[in-house]
Amino acid sequence: MAILEVQNICKSFDNTEVLKGVSFELEQGKVLSIIGSSGSGKTTLLRCINFLETADAGRITVDGDVIYDSENPTRISQKARREKQLKIGLVFQQFNLFPQYNVLDNVMLAMKLQAKERPDFKKNKKAIYAEIEKKALSILKKMGLSEKTKNYPCELSGGQQQRVSIARAMALEPKILFFDEPTSALDPELTGEILKVIRELAEEHMTMVIVTHEMNFAKEVSDKIIFMDDGVIAEEGDAKSLIENPQTDRLKAFLSKISD
Amino acid sequence: MFDNFATQFPVVFDALNIGFLQTLKLFFVTLAGALPLGLIISFGSMSRFKPLSALVKTIVWIVRGSPLMIQIMIIYYFPGLILDNNIWGTGEQGRFIACSVAFIVNYACYFSEIYRGGIQGVPKGQQEAGQVLGMTKSEIFFRVTLLQMIKRIVPPMSNEIITLVKDTSLSRIIALQEIIWAGSAFLKSSRGISGEIWPLFFTAVYYLAFNGLLTVLFARLEKKLDYFKS
Repeated sequence: MAILEVQNICKSFDNTEVLKGVSFELEQGKVLSIIGSSGSGKTTLLRCINFLETADAGRITVDGDVIYDSENPTRISQKARREKQLKIGLVFQQFNLFPQYNVLDNVMLAMKLQAKERPDFKKNKKAIYAEIEKKALSILKKMGLSEKTKNYPCELSGGQQQRVSIARAMALEPKILFFDEPTSALDPELTGEILKVIRELAEEHMTMVIVTHEMNFAKEVSDKIIFMDDGVIAEEGDAKSLIENPQTDRLKAFLSKISD
Repeated sequence: MFDNFATQFPVVFDALNIGFLQTLKLFFVTLAGALPLGLIISFGSMSRFKPLSALVKTIVWIVRGSPLMIQIMIIYYFPGLILDNNIWGTGEQGRFIACSVAFIVNYACYFSEIYRGGIQGVPKGQQEAGQVLGMTKSEIFFRVTLLQMIKRIVPPMSNEIITLVKDTSLSRIIALQEIIWAGSAFLKSSRGISGEIWPLFFTAVYYLAFNGLLTVLFARLEKKLDYFKS
């Protein structure tokens, strides 16, 4: 069964239709890349799935649980919304780290806030916080940031900041991790370290959806690629064959523009 | 003349201290009222409910666009003259309450614009990051955006607060017995001293000293928030 099912998502801003009915599925442990020119709707699609925008129509299911359904709009409590939100994680193009917290605190903040809802929080506060710190440190170690845990975001390079933001998202153990152009705000020489981290996550069978402009990377790391154009999925398929053997004129035109 | 000064100084010093106490009282009461009221006004002016934001913006325009001195006079005299009911009460107490109301409303409007700049200046991505990490709205405000907002508003707030120290002198217009009133009393006659202008000039030393202290405090606060860039 697919871990992510997106059905017929539509979204307009004012009178501009940005998404005109987008549907796709993703199996557990697979990597999906979404490509397409700017304005094709790929970032809006990601934002709709992550509750940063509300889709006008459509249905989103994660791991069998309907997290959004325009046909059945029930008002949900902040707590229920948080639970749905936490099934998925998002890494932003601009990192969006919290500047006033150091690296370790950036990773721990959300975990600590959630721990407050545990019934045994008051009794075991120290032990719970120690456990959270241990977890955060091990994730940061994996991201190669053990030396930087006490640094503030402004003291880090763009690549390091993006690795912190990946660690921050991973700490909450999302079932699916989304990336919104994770390397677009980085200098070219720094994109490699982020792509390496994503590649490692793919090897560990983390389910991921990546909006990207890095065609070679998309081809190499993804199982499946979706090409979006003008608010619809214009072509989708197995990563390698889609890039090497595009079927539609629109994708052919897009790929030749990119390789220029 | 200097013999005179030596005998006059202790008398004047005592009178100015009493006046300055009233100045400080007005200053702190204004801050205590205007800091929270300004936040409420800023939320009003940012409201998505158009009639409310239009109303609030009009009030802010009127208050910021007209002289505080006139506002003090209107607030103090209007109820007595027009409504035939001096709600403020008589004497120093009544003048102080009227002045406090005028200053709180006036400064809340200025503060609200500073808050608005501070709130809108925090990048939207901060709120979004908090949201995708499962934080509630209040967690996002208190744990993520608030400190960034404070960092942004400290420099303009320190300007405004230093201006407030000097603006308290406007309450002289309704004879609130603050330091300017105390100093100018010696122009005519007070405590056996008459026709002296130096006590009035000397009041500036009080303002200078107090603003010097505030400047140091705000510089410290700014430095404290210097460890991060936002």
